[in-house]
Amino acid sequence: MDFQVVLLAGGTSETLSPLVSRDVPKALLPVANRPLLSYPLDLLEASDLKDLIVVVEGQEAARLVGAWVSSAYLDRLRVEVVAVSEDLGSAGALRAISKRLTANDILVISGDLVTDVLPGAVAATHRRNGAVVTALLCSVPVSGPSDTPSSGKDKAKKPNRLNIVGLDKTKQFLLHIVSGTEVEKDVRVHKRKIQAVGQMEIRSDLMDAHLYAFKRTILQDVLELKEAYRSIRLEVLPYLVRSQLRSAPSVGNGRSVDETGNSAVLSSGNLQCLSQHRVIAPSAFKQDVLSRSCGGHRCCAYIAPKSKYCHRLNSIQSYSDINRDVIGEASHLSGCSFSAHNNIIHPSCVLGSKTTIGPHCILAEGSQLGDKCSVKRSVIGRHCRIGSNVKIVNSVVMNHVVIEDGCHIQGSVVCNNVQLQERAVLKDCQIGAGYIVTTGSEHKAESLARK
Amino acid sequence: MSQKKSRSRGGGGAAAAGDDHEDLARPPPLQAVLLADSFTLKFRPITLERPKVLLPLVHMPMIEYTLTWLESAGVDEAFVFCCAHSNQVKEYLEKSGWAGRAGAGSMAVTAVESHDAISAGDALRVIFERGLIHGDFVLISGDTISNMSLKDALREHMDRKKKDPLAVMTMIIKHSKPSVLTHQTRLGTDEIVMAIDPETKELLYYEDRADNSNLYVTIDKDILSNNPTLQLHNDMEDCYIDICSPEVLSLFTDNFDYQHLRRHFVKGLLVDDIMGYKIYTHELRSGYAARIDNFRSYDTVSKDIIQRWTYPMVPDVISNRNCSESRLHRQAIYKASDVTLSHSAQIGANSVVGSATSIGDHCRILNSVIGEGCTIGKNVVINGSYVWDNVVIEDGCQVSNSLVSDGVHLRAGAIVEPGCVLSFNVEVGKNALVLAHSKVSLLPQPSNEDSDEELEYADTNSGVTDSPPFSSMRSNGDQATVPSEEDESGTSETGTCGVVGYIWTSGDAGILEEWRQSIAPISKEKLEELQHAVSENDGSEDESNNPTLPDKDDSSDSAVEDDDLISKFEKEVEETFQRAMGGGVNRDNLILEINGLRLAYSLQHADCAGAVFYSVMKSALQAAQSTNDSLLKTTAEALGKWKDLLRNYTKTVDEEMEILLKFEEMCQETTKEFSPLFSKILPFLYDTEVISEDAILRWAEEKEHADESDKVFVKQSEAFIQWLKEAEEEDDEEE
Repeated sequence: MDFQVVLLAGGTSETLSPLVSRDVPKALLPVANRPLLSYPLDLLEASDLKDLIVVVEGQEAARLVGAWVSSAYLDRLRVEVVAVSEDLGSAGALRAISKRLTANDILVISGDLVTDVLPGAVAATHRRNGAVVTALLCSVPVSGPSDTPSSGKDKAKKPNRLNIVGLDKTKQFLLHIVSGTEVEKDVRVHKRKIQAVGQMEIRSDLMDAHLYAFKRTILQDVLELKEAYRSIRLEVLPYLVRSQLRSAPSVGNGRSVDETGNSAVLSSGNLQCLSQHRVIAPSAFKQDVLSRSCGGHRCCAYIAPKSKYCHRLNSIQSYSDINRDVIGEASHLSGCSFSAHNNIIHPSCVLGSKTTIGPHCILAEGSQLGDKCSVKRSVIGRHCRIGSNVKIVNSVVMNHVVIEDGCHIQGSVVCNNVQLQERAVLKDCQIGAGYIVTTGSEHKAESLARK
Repeated sequence: MSQKKSRSRGGGGAAAAGDDHEDLARPPPLQAVLLADSFTLKFRPITLERPKVLLPLVHMPMIEYTLTWLESAGVDEAFVFCCAHSNQVKEYLEKSGWAGRAGAGSMAVTAVESHDAISAGDALRVIFERGLIHGDFVLISGDTISNMSLKDALREHMDRKKKDPLAVMTMIIKHSKPSVLTHQTRLGTDEIVMAIDPETKELLYYEDRADNSNLYVTIDKDILSNNPTLQLHNDMEDCYIDICSPEVLSLFTDNFDYQHLRRHFVKGLLVDDIMGYKIYTHELRSGYAARIDNFRSYDTVSKDIIQRWTYPMVPDVISNRNCSESRLHRQAIYKASDVTLSHSAQIGANSVVGSATSIGDHCRILNSVIGEGCTIGKNVVINGSYVWDNVVIEDGCQVSNSLVSDGVHLRAGAIVEPGCVLSFNVEVGKNALVLAHSKVSLLPQPSNEDSDEELEYADTNSGVTDSPPFSSMRSNGDQATVPSEEDESGTSETGTCGVVGYIWTSGDAGILEEWRQSIAPISKEKLEELQHAVSENDGSEDESNNPTLPDKDDSSDSAVEDDDLISKFEKEVEETFQRAMGGGVNRDNLILEINGLRLAYSLQHADCAGAVFYSVMKSALQAAQSTNDSLLKTTAEALGKWKDLLRNYTKTVDEEMEILLKFEEMCQETTKEFSPLFSKILPFLYDTEVISEDAILRWAEEKEHADESDKVFVKQSEAFIQWLKEAEEEDDEEE
């Protein structure tokens, strides 16, 4: 396929601090002990989309990502890692590399997308419809972990609206999209849009997954024309959708009146008999309108089936959620096979006596656990040293972490090289890399990082 | 379910016997309310003399179609609500045998009469008062043609009702895409925008009369947060067939201002979230349903009937009671057996010719309906027209796309242009030309006061006008001219062109809109014009859609609107203030109201201060005599009285500055009376602590660099400012 993939891998995002630091850019953040970037990369490989540009914000981050990619995907993908300056926004980053784009169609993927929707399917839809842009939309993931007490509250709350999307009857064409701050307002739809298509489905339960297929020429035109555009989701895509119905060539429009039986104008009385047919079989008519009025400019949507997993890692909460899901219900994403106990324990791990590892856990190589430990629904990285009587629940422990005796960790993220001294208690905390939690200290819902 | 099936089939009477033993299990009899009055004026002038429901539609009165369908759909009891021309409707019901029929399998028809109803809402209130309806009922207008099966819709309605008693109504809708250019359906009605929940089919939004001025459909955010998915439809047509629960009637009684079924009732229910009543839709996928709303739909539905979309409601199946059978020939030509047809006459496709009609040599009849007992001479061309009974058309006439009522006489060589409506017994003289879209009647056009209201057949409640007042003129009919009588407002005697009767001027719709709902197809020129408008529209939209700002379509005009907004706000504040002066509002409430206004216009506190100050000064000016002294006195009084209010808004120096600037502006522009007093009022403002010295000094400072013209007031109050400065210095020294 003549597709070029642009993977926007981000840089060292502020929102994910302290998990993300200068040493660990967002793309390399471990999710179930694999760097985040490996999820979209594997997916692309599976779709046979092997020609790609990874765009990283910041030189240093780019160097780290480049080093990792070239070692991990050597011979598998043709990857070019490009550094762009920070704070360009997604559209800005694309603009920066615009010269490098050569293929007919460009697939743009956000590097923080953890999904099992094949990009190939989106690309194929894009090609089939001859679209200018095709966006992947997926159902909004059920928010909040189902097993925490707060889930009741989450449900009582009105569902969080991410986008308002208008689709045509066949659910293929994207007719209207509103995102960002406009979402909370009343929905305004231009009447001419509805008039042109007759019927529009308005959905507020779909999420824009940041996976787009663009026609290259149009994308480059838009980027050039609209220099102020920073975001693909908030600006470029809405712009393309908006301009869809514009510039309807006046040539064929006279025909659209057939529907109302005014066709006698066209000097043929026989068309009056046809008028009723059109009412019954309007699809042909609609196709006509779409193809005509778009003038080859149409925006499409690929709606992921409900069963597919699709989540973006763009907050601490989503980091925990994705980790839990990848070792839990969406375990096929992790790429490993789970044991009979529904967990993965690397053979090189050493477990003390009476230590239990519950289901939905991953223990990476070289980690050691002392006696009477209990690990539930958690990820533990490489070469961690964990003492006795330690409880780890619903947490992520990255590599080379030292946890001394009697620590309790719940719902937390512990980054590389952290040291937890004896009887430290963490609940819903994020501990930045290299931090030392002192003996007996208790932390609740805090974010700790080395200064 | 089996019983329902039998019920819906049972119209013909065949299943009636089977129903008897199921009586116990049967739900209460299905009732229907048929409104034999459309409560509109669209079929005037014809409806001045005959009610719309009795107008012939392919040889049969419209109500006949409706009643036949109701019976076949399994309705047990129908109430025909008559208002205008009720005598004629009742007479018809008796003559045709609908009324007074009883017994198993046939529908009982009862006429309900009321003369003071002016809307569908009134009609339903009358029905409610009389206590006729006991269960769910079908609400339909007497001009609806359908052959759909109500079975599914009824079952859905009942099932929903069992689960949710608030589901009070099911509307039948049908797919029909309105024209992109004219924004109307093929029935000539305005396009509708509806929002429907795709799962439950609940109606969430309804907008008819979707005029072009409002370019956007706006859906409330609450609707969307409750329904993550909804379908916006522009391609649906409202069939005006509703299945209602009895609550609907009481709702009409409770809300006595509901008049129109859709505009008031449906919208009212959708907006009202306290009661939570819900309306659902049922999409008609097979079967036919259409309401004759205007002349265009009359034309469209007639063609549908001729082309047998309404089967079994087609001319050869249910033929009129006492006339001979009409037979279907090839190309949808229906001819009664006793038609006298010249050999050289040609009848084209999609035409109907009634019995006892004779057609002369070399006539051409295309796409037209000719009634009974008509006499058509030689070389007549009738195209796309509806000629009712006993019409005489002499040699060489041409009629195209027009409606010709009973008893009309077209003399030789007359030409009727497209879109005309000739009401009863009109005569058109020799070689006369009736211009396109004329409406001609023997009755004068009612004066405008009547047509303002939505009174239907307004002034003819009494029934038929038996003696047309212009019978005397008929003798002049064959002369080329008739003395013109222009005394009637808005109507002109049509004698000048050889027509006996009045040519009506078009009503409020205006002659420009005439083409929308006439029988005549829309002219090519009109379409081109619209086409042009659309492409122009395109252009303008382009601009608005080319925003330099990312997400705003309308940001460009916000600056322009700002000034406008503030002046509007000021006006409202002034009105509020004047009410307060009248003693209507106490001070706290006044502040509340002004704050409310401020929020409504989303303005700053400073704007408020300016506006309130303006109102106070305005009140002083009104109270004052012409002299400066008295103005100063009333100003002092007003400021003294309202200083608390003003102080409420002058919390910061910025707001005080705003007042000063406002004062200055007033002196220069709006109320020049104050300008000589500026320097005298300023110390007073200072004394009442409305304005602090900081503000005054800053104001003076800012003005220092301004134009000379702007400095007038600074100079005027120089002494005061000087005094303030000195006082400040003294203060400093003391410290």
